[in-house]
Amino acid sequence: MTDIHLSVKGLDKWYGSVHALRNLDLDIPRGQVVGLIGDNGAGKSTFIQILSGVHRQTNGEVFFEGTPVDIRSPRDAMNLGIETIYQYTAMVPEMSIARNVFIGREKRKFGPRGFGVLDEKAMASQALRAIEDVGLHLRSAETPVKDLSGGQRQGVAIARAMHFRASMLILDEPTNHLAVKEIGKVLDYVRQLRDQGITVIFISHNLHHVHEVTDRVVAFSRGSKVADVKAKDTDVKQMIDLIT
Amino acid sequence: MRFSEILRSKPEASAFLMLAVMTLLFTFLSPAFLTYNNFQIVLQPIPEIALVAIGVTILMISGEFDLSVGSVFALSPMIMVLALGAGMPLVLAMLLGLCAAIAVALINAAITLRLGLPSFIATLGTLFMARSIAIVAAGGFPPAFPRDLDLWWIVGKVDLLRVSVFWLLAIGILLGIVLRKFDFGSWIFATGGNRQAARDMGINTARVKTICFILCSSLAGFAGMIQTFRIKAMVPTMGTGFELTAIAAAVIGGAALTGGIGSVTGAVIGALLIAFIENIIILMRIDANWFRFAVGAMIVIAVAINKLTRDWAGISKQVEDDND
Ligand SMILES: Nc1ncnc2c1ncn2[C@@H]1O[C@H](COP(=O)(O)OP(=O)(O)OP(=O)(O)O)[C@@H](O)[C@H]1O
Ligand SMILES: [Mg+2]
Repeated sequence: MTDIHLSVKGLDKWYGSVHALRNLDLDIPRGQVVGLIGDNGAGKSTFIQILSGVHRQTNGEVFFEGTPVDIRSPRDAMNLGIETIYQYTAMVPEMSIARNVFIGREKRKFGPRGFGVLDEKAMASQALRAIEDVGLHLRSAETPVKDLSGGQRQGVAIARAMHFRASMLILDEPTNHLAVKEIGKVLDYVRQLRDQGITVIFISHNLHHVHEVTDRVVAFSRGSKVADVKAKDTDVKQMIDLIT
Repeated sequence: MRFSEILRSKPEASAFLMLAVMTLLFTFLSPAFLTYNNFQIVLQPIPEIALVAIGVTILMISGEFDLSVGSVFALSPMIMVLALGAGMPLVLAMLLGLCAAIAVALINAAITLRLGLPSFIATLGTLFMARSIAIVAAGGFPPAFPRDLDLWWIVGKVDLLRVSVFWLLAIGILLGIVLRKFDFGSWIFATGGNRQAARDMGINTARVKTICFILCSSLAGFAGMIQTFRIKAMVPTMGTGFELTAIAAAVIGGAALTGGIGSVTGAVIGALLIAFIENIIILMRIDANWFRFAVGAMIVIAVAINKLTRDWAGISKQVEDDND
């Protein structure tokens, strides 16, 4: 029996009169790297935004480790262990790496959340360790994020997710706007995640990248799932046919 | 830390530089500038401008704007004076005045965050509305300022200072610490620096902004009360145009209109610089109409220095990376 990490049943999403997601059923086993492909507006982001608590489904259910869950906010998703690396980089450029790693989940010396004194030392050292754990070497966690390259920023985002013990990582077009060398790094991160047994949902328009790093490919078209195949049973050419 | 890094990481660095240059220059221009008696005069209105500038700065860091502070600066003390006239004790009357400020803030926040209008427009609306209410509430003529109140704890004279300077120091230090050392301060920077990211990382950005609106308005109301106590008169038109002075002080102090950058120290230095300019114009018997010109020039210079130092520091940082 496979250990299903997350599954959705009959998931529907309407944005006003736009039917962005139609009756989606999907099971994702633990530790699998799933590639999500589809044309612009196919509903990929909509699907993962429901899982990450940015939007709520209109109909249908989400099961996490077998139990039905209600993901109302990004915090709910994070508490379940679902972390998301967004299409844009979810970083505040003016703030330091350490501050960015801990945005919204700051380490406090004392005081309640929202009125706590920051433990800057702990944040700096833990942030540095977290980014080293993903193989990113930066001199100091005090460097403002605006000084990092796009690939380094995605590395910090992944380090952040790993630091908070994500069991499932969603990457929505993490290689957008990156130089070739940087894209290679991000793909390496995904392979590392697989080696660590993390469940990954990987969205990209670059089918070569999807084919390279995933175990399974799910194709969306106009809000519906139109294909669901093992990566090794398909090739890029066939994948192009699936989504057009 | 290298000099270029200090310039970049401390938004108030260029304002500090200007303060040093101006102090030297003005001392050279007028021997009366750097004297005990003169500073007694210069420092009088500083707490009022600086408190408003601090509020505006923090709100700007969160990514919003408040044009209604000048009107709240009059509305709050007006409500307070009316309450005093009705026989309410001082502290209660002050709290009632602050409630009026908070009410304006909640309207600003609701229009901006619920209706989704730019705060510039929302607070332009409440600028007129709050001023109108302050004048109407006065009933045509300024209400009498009550005598024999114990005001020493707010505006009493201590040597060359007034007690209000200590209020400024206390509030400024407290808010400076909250901004830099507390998680909530971090949320303010994150909310203004990249709202989407802050929200996706689980920060309730609407709540953060609402609290900043309330803080900004309350400080404006409190500052207005200080001025009322200092001049011992309630003028319904007081604070007209004050929003621009406060925003000027914030911007000169390094706050960015785009949000996510700014500091309490910067706001206070900005307020000081504006007061210095006003003072030197009086000391040198220059036509007072040049005041606005000078403030305008300083805004442009401050923002230009900020941009140049950031670009320059960015370039030197890149060169250094390439050398790795
Ligand atoms: N917040 C929103 N409000 C209204 N409509 C939306 C919203 N987000 C997405 N949509 C619409 O829903 C549909 C699916 O969009 P979605 O972003 O999920 O597609 P996608 O597969 O991620 O596309 P892309 O590859 O371009 O990122 C599109 O028609 C889009 O216009
Ligand atoms: Mg998308």
